[in-house]
Amino acid sequence: MDSTGRIEVKDLNFYYGTHQALKNISITVEPHQVVAMIGPSGCGKSTLIRIFNRMNDLIPFTRVEGKVLVDGSDIYDKNTDVVSLRRKVGMVFQKSTPFPKSIYDNIAYGLRILGIKDRRILNETVEKCLKRAALWEEVKDSLGKSALSLSGGQQQRLCIARAIAIDPEIILMDEPCSALDPIATSRIEELIADLKDEYTIVIVTHNMQQAARVSERTAFLMHGQLIEYNKTTDFFTKPSNKITEDYITGRFG
Amino acid sequence: MLREKITELKHQLIQDAGLVEDMISRSMRGLLEKNADMLYQVVKHQEPRVNAFDRSIDELCVETIARFEPVARDLRLVIMIIKMNKDLERMADHAVNISESGLYLIANPFIGSYSDLFKMGEEAVAMLKDAINAFVNEDVATAKSVRGRDNIVDEAGDVILKELTVVMRGKKDTIPRALALMRIAHNLERIADLSTNIAEEVVYIVEGRDIKHHKDEGPS
Repeated sequence: MDSTGRIEVKDLNFYYGTHQALKNISITVEPHQVVAMIGPSGCGKSTLIRIFNRMNDLIPFTRVEGKVLVDGSDIYDKNTDVVSLRRKVGMVFQKSTPFPKSIYDNIAYGLRILGIKDRRILNETVEKCLKRAALWEEVKDSLGKSALSLSGGQQQRLCIARAIAIDPEIILMDEPCSALDPIATSRIEELIADLKDEYTIVIVTHNMQQAARVSERTAFLMHGQLIEYNKTTDFFTKPSNKITEDYITGRFG
Repeated sequence: MLREKITELKHQLIQDAGLVEDMISRSMRGLLEKNADMLYQVVKHQEPRVNAFDRSIDELCVETIARFEPVARDLRLVIMIIKMNKDLERMADHAVNISESGLYLIANPFIGSYSDLFKMGEEAVAMLKDAINAFVNEDVATAKSVRGRDNIVDEAGDVILKELTVVMRGKKDTIPRALALMRIAHNLERIADLSTNIAEEVVYIVEGRDIKHHKDEGPS
């Protein structure tokens, strides 16, 4: 287990035009931790994780203040190569987003872009990543089939396999199970538990119990502010902030 | 995830039960062998370890419920482990009481052989052992057999009480020692009661039936 995959956020403010979506956030995610972000809709949790691989750059009129360090490097420094940042910090979205290609090509796509053409390496990587994403046994005889023919849960695991194919250090997951049934959800949760030995995982979820089950630390955001960031066990048994307690016991939100 | 937490809980409870069983055995053996070191060990070293298990198991149960929302058999198991943990912690306190009375008794001449008391102790330990085996093997038949043996220990306690009453009447200077022996008998009775509780809790885990307070059937 190596020690790369650390995220450190210092005094972060983020604006969509004049609207301030994140207010003075400071938070550290240690390597190989699973951190869950929870909070009511519009609290800024998805905005925050999209900052970790600069996905918000794609949205016009956004502005970032403060520091975001990945493995000690400031990712908003003008010399940062965003492509290599996104290689290091992969992402899985709420809606599974397989390419309209074969299962095999979905995994091989990123590698080919990186210039890897050797068939043997591609074959090995495709197999390794599908095994790592607990999908291999279900698809090994149909790698040439369209990824769109897979079920929702399988497509999401394919997206995880695709994310790990380019060997990231951090995987961001933005509500990865919200469109899945309980069985498919539990497979993704088991996969998260399995992957944390190799990757740092930050997951945004609307489902508080999912945060409780999968994460080691939980962050609670509200109105763009970080209300509490605590060990998950403490967070759900003896939260240190009254607002957290009221939220997780359903008194508001 | 939930399965790992449940395995860890079972593991800790079984270790705790082994320690408590050893404390009760030592508290009686220390008296039989007039071994003060053995009795001190129960009080000074073993009881704090049981207290540490008590805290750790409680915490793990709370964490398991808060994070993993166990249901059905898993829920019954976690809730019963909370109770068994408390049963075991109480038993450890009884073993300490027995050891303390034992320390007083071995410093003075014995008034009789105490053989009935030792038999009572053996039965109480055997009940705990069987209750825990029933838990490990999810064995309802064994659990129910433990429940029936509570009376044996209670009756032995009554016999000891009557005998000691006669002794005290005959010789007043035996009263402090007789009271110490009665205290031991009473603590053994409580250990047997708590073993019965554990056995009933095992039946609830396995079958989901509450058989406390002879609710649905007699012993068997």
